[in-house]
Amino acid sequence: MTELLQSIVRGLGQGSIYALLALGFVIIYKSMRVISFAQPAFMLTGAVLVSYFVSSVDFFLAVLLAVLLAALLGVGVERAALRPMIGKPVFVISIITLGVDIVVRNVVNRYIGLDVRQVGDPWGLQTTGLFGIDVEQRHLVMFGTTMVLVAALFAFFRYSRIGLAMRAAAYDQEVALAQGVSVGTVFALSWAIAAALAAVAGVFLSIGVGLDQNLWIIALKALPVIILGGLDSLGGAVIAGLVVGVAEALLGSYGEDVSSVLSGEFALVSPYILMMLVLLVRPYGLFGTREVERV
Amino acid sequence: MRGRPELYTSYRQELSLLNTVPKRVWVGAILAMALLLPFMLQDDVLTLLATGFAASIGAIGLNIVTGYAGQVSLGHAFFLGLGAYTAAAVSGDEDARVIGFGITELPVWLLAAGLVAALAGAIVAPLAVRLRGLYLAIVTLGLVFIGEFVFKEWSELTGGQGVGRQAAVPTLFGQRLDTDGEMFTEIQKLYLLMLVLLVIFAVLARNFVRSRSGRALAAVRDRDIAAAVIGVNLTRYKMIAFAASSFYAGVAGALVYLISGYIEPTSFNLLLSVQYIAMILIGGVATISGSIMGAMFVTLLPRITDELQGVVPLLGTDATDLAQVRAILYGLLIIGFLIFEPRGLYGIWIRIRNYWKSWPFSY
Repeated sequence: MTELLQSIVRGLGQGSIYALLALGFVIIYKSMRVISFAQPAFMLTGAVLVSYFVSSVDFFLAVLLAVLLAALLGVGVERAALRPMIGKPVFVISIITLGVDIVVRNVVNRYIGLDVRQVGDPWGLQTTGLFGIDVEQRHLVMFGTTMVLVAALFAFFRYSRIGLAMRAAAYDQEVALAQGVSVGTVFALSWAIAAALAAVAGVFLSIGVGLDQNLWIIALKALPVIILGGLDSLGGAVIAGLVVGVAEALLGSYGEDVSSVLSGEFALVSPYILMMLVLLVRPYGLFGTREVERV
Repeated sequence: MRGRPELYTSYRQELSLLNTVPKRVWVGAILAMALLLPFMLQDDVLTLLATGFAASIGAIGLNIVTGYAGQVSLGHAFFLGLGAYTAAAVSGDEDARVIGFGITELPVWLLAAGLVAALAGAIVAPLAVRLRGLYLAIVTLGLVFIGEFVFKEWSELTGGQGVGRQAAVPTLFGQRLDTDGEMFTEIQKLYLLMLVLLVIFAVLARNFVRSRSGRALAAVRDRDIAAAVIGVNLTRYKMIAFAASSFYAGVAGALVYLISGYIEPTSFNLLLSVQYIAMILIGGVATISGSIMGAMFVTLLPRITDELQGVVPLLGTDATDLAQVRAILYGLLIIGFLIFEPRGLYGIWIRIRNYWKSWPFSY
């Protein structure tokens, strides 16, 4: 029982990373109808910046600075590489983001170097007692922060003026444009938010274990997550992220008992298998909107 | 007929593969050039060119499904891997520690590689019928991750991670192709083999895409609902597109690793898929000649950057620096081509051609 609860907390921690990344994907998708493959790069950027900043400033200030810079980078990328492509087929734009990812990630890799870099967080791998079970502090922090961020984001979309504008643009760009919404600002803002969320996720990933060049693969695990949740559902992204995280943690704890195939590396592909199974039943994910076909 | 190149006196002429004189001249010249190259170039360049030819076959395959049929596939690496391992298994040594059947005749294992990959493609195709656009892209991406996992774990076939296995063994009519012979050296033989196969597969693909099926694929790409309305069977043609594309991928996988002689199970990853996507985007979407140009360009790119490094010392000289500079350049090229020349190298060629076609009145 203890092990089960521990796995679930671990899964929620890991799942909140997926949820943050998935939110970024969904926000960009909703505004531009494009899947941005550049998220891994933003994630690494955030983590690397923190690992450099902590040598001179406090960890929390470092995170704040890194997130802001990542958001700026997101805006810059959108303006330089994405804006000229508005109106082109979405597949082409997605491939551009793939190119952006390769460029940014390799530039960042030069700063990571070959060794593992520490982000200097105050939690490390320490555990703490919670209702009688030992859980790692970092997982609680991740889950808690994610929930706060998600609540803030939902409030932002629900109550703020620009949030309303973003929802309007996601619903119908041209009509939003006609109502005076600056769609360009919406694009820039959605890239900024997505990059910032990815940066936070990157820091989370490196808490306790540090970061290296191979970390970016984790960000791609958010892709099955968004498909599971439905490409255009913010709530779906969060829920699917947590579900995938927990499923993975449970597989990690109990998979080996069931079959030797299910051990180790299998956790890396399990989200994809889950995704394929769900897609066979629901082609638009669990919470996605069914596309209406018009001729 | 002199001076009237657009005059056709029969449908046969108009429909022929090389329907204008310049086309015939250019294709002939390029082929002659390609045939002469192995006797003029160094071995290392020849190896690269041969790899490029093999990769071209794979790029043509990806262009069939993504360029012509419009079904975005990020799963090409998986099919390449299937082909490579099928070929290696069919031709491998029976007594080795990895699976092998010892049939080293090239046509046999090449066909087997293509067919196994095509079968896998046909199995994936129903997903493409249900899903569209980016959903499909991510599902095929999942295929790569699952494939990579299987290749890593199934060490009886692949040798396992970090160990790998020998690639296919080529013999043609009893002659070994991967050893130095009396007339040709090993790499000359492989180069010529790849060239011949590329020509065969390119002509096949060119004819396929201008056949009834090819036009159906284009209709599916342009508007699938409209295509269905005019009587194109979507399921059937998406299946055909995936099967044909995967067949090419399987063949290409078998051939590319024939040159290096060694297969490492982790090489069939997302990066490889992206590389093939880059090939068709840089070369030209929905063109056969573009696929070849793109594949050659991407294959030769590392070499070009290495040479450039000697001229302009960009950022550093050690191996990791080089790899990173190469990767950065690569990403920039993808972005640059998509923004500034969406039709790729093929588009550049068309522009040059049109300039000279109406010269000196080119405006």
